[in-house]
Amino acid sequence: MKAFKDAGHLFRLASVFLVGGVLFLAFRGVLVPRSFGQYGHYRGNAIKETAALPISYAGHQVCESCHADILEVKSKGVHKGVACEACHGPLAKHADDPASIQPAKLDTAVLCVRCHEANLAKPKSFPQVVSAEHSGGAPCDTCHQPHSPAIVAVAGASQ
Amino acid sequence: MNMTRRQLLILLPAAAVAWKSILAGTPEASPNYNMTEHWWGMLVDITKCIGCGSCVRACQMENAVTDGYFRTWVERYHVSDYDIENPKVDSPDGGKNGFPPAAVSDGKNFFVPKMCNHCADSPCTQVCPVGATFVSPDGVVLVDQKYCLGCRYCVQACPYGCRFVDPKKETAQKCTLCYHRITKGLTTACCENCPTGARQLADLKNPNDPIHEFLKTHAVQVLKPYLATRSKLFYNGLDGSVR
Repeated sequence: MKAFKDAGHLFRLASVFLVGGVLFLAFRGVLVPRSFGQYGHYRGNAIKETAALPISYAGHQVCESCHADILEVKSKGVHKGVACEACHGPLAKHADDPASIQPAKLDTAVLCVRCHEANLAKPKSFPQVVSAEHSGGAPCDTCHQPHSPAIVAVAGASQ
Repeated sequence: MNMTRRQLLILLPAAAVAWKSILAGTPEASPNYNMTEHWWGMLVDITKCIGCGSCVRACQMENAVTDGYFRTWVERYHVSDYDIENPKVDSPDGGKNGFPPAAVSDGKNFFVPKMCNHCADSPCTQVCPVGATFVSPDGVVLVDQKYCLGCRYCVQACPYGCRFVDPKKETAQKCTLCYHRITKGLTTACCENCPTGARQLADLKNPNDPIHEFLKTHAVQVLKPYLATRSKLFYNGLDGSVR
């Protein structure tokens, strides 16, 4: 006895669902990036892409590997904790190719006041000057050497 | 080759599964950096910040941030005597070129560097409709620049105002904690260039990181702790007026 006379309809319906399911999986396989879901609900390769971005600041350790003489001077002064590129700017390209890419000369009149211009919001213990009163417009490196700014040779300089 | 329709229908799903496993490939092995060994955060010591803007400039150079937009910036707070709920805050050009002298001398003045808090329970990643932003296994909140639609949901969701949509790329941008640097053993551009050491990159999974001793011995605070975002940007000397 036949259980259901139009059972063929059910098979046709089931095959439609099956084909739909297969198509869904196939499209999903193509459209969803392979690293999606590797670590969570995101593309795992996005982490690698972010990590692969280029570096602009080489880091003071790289500078010090060549400029040991500057490090020697700097490590004795109050600027020992200031990284090279904080003043000299991003120089990873110079570190990669020291011969052809040279850092620009710096203007201490601009550079020093970024940190040392007096401002009420700065911590009181931080050395600050009103630059117009302090030097009368003369560049800071007339008296101070930026790598070790304390004035030690005052007697000799004043003739 | 003879194949009935039935045989084909049986084979198709199997083929699809096989194709998918081929596409999945094997994840690239990274010999030098293991994400599971790190949990990144940062320490900001407000008592050391001089508002020079070195961090802001360094961030813009390192990450090619569009002018007028900031992944990190410095705010100057002015709190009139005891009016802790109404601080006056300014941040001219993100503090990039320092700050002009204060107009008034009463009350207290101080600088607060701001950036992404790299929250462990970040509100911004939860709202992304396409899975383009996420907390990486080492605790850095990142944006997938290829997946981001620029819908700005995350910009609205961040309670710290740390995201923006780049006008040229039309994708959400934010601090990556210099992910391209910290995975190579360098510190972030802002920490590298902070002349007073007011910013310190911190690896909370590294038992030798000085952050552990610092957190134990100082009164450290995060921004908006009542939001329970599990921020990893720790502030030392944070005033109650800071928003």
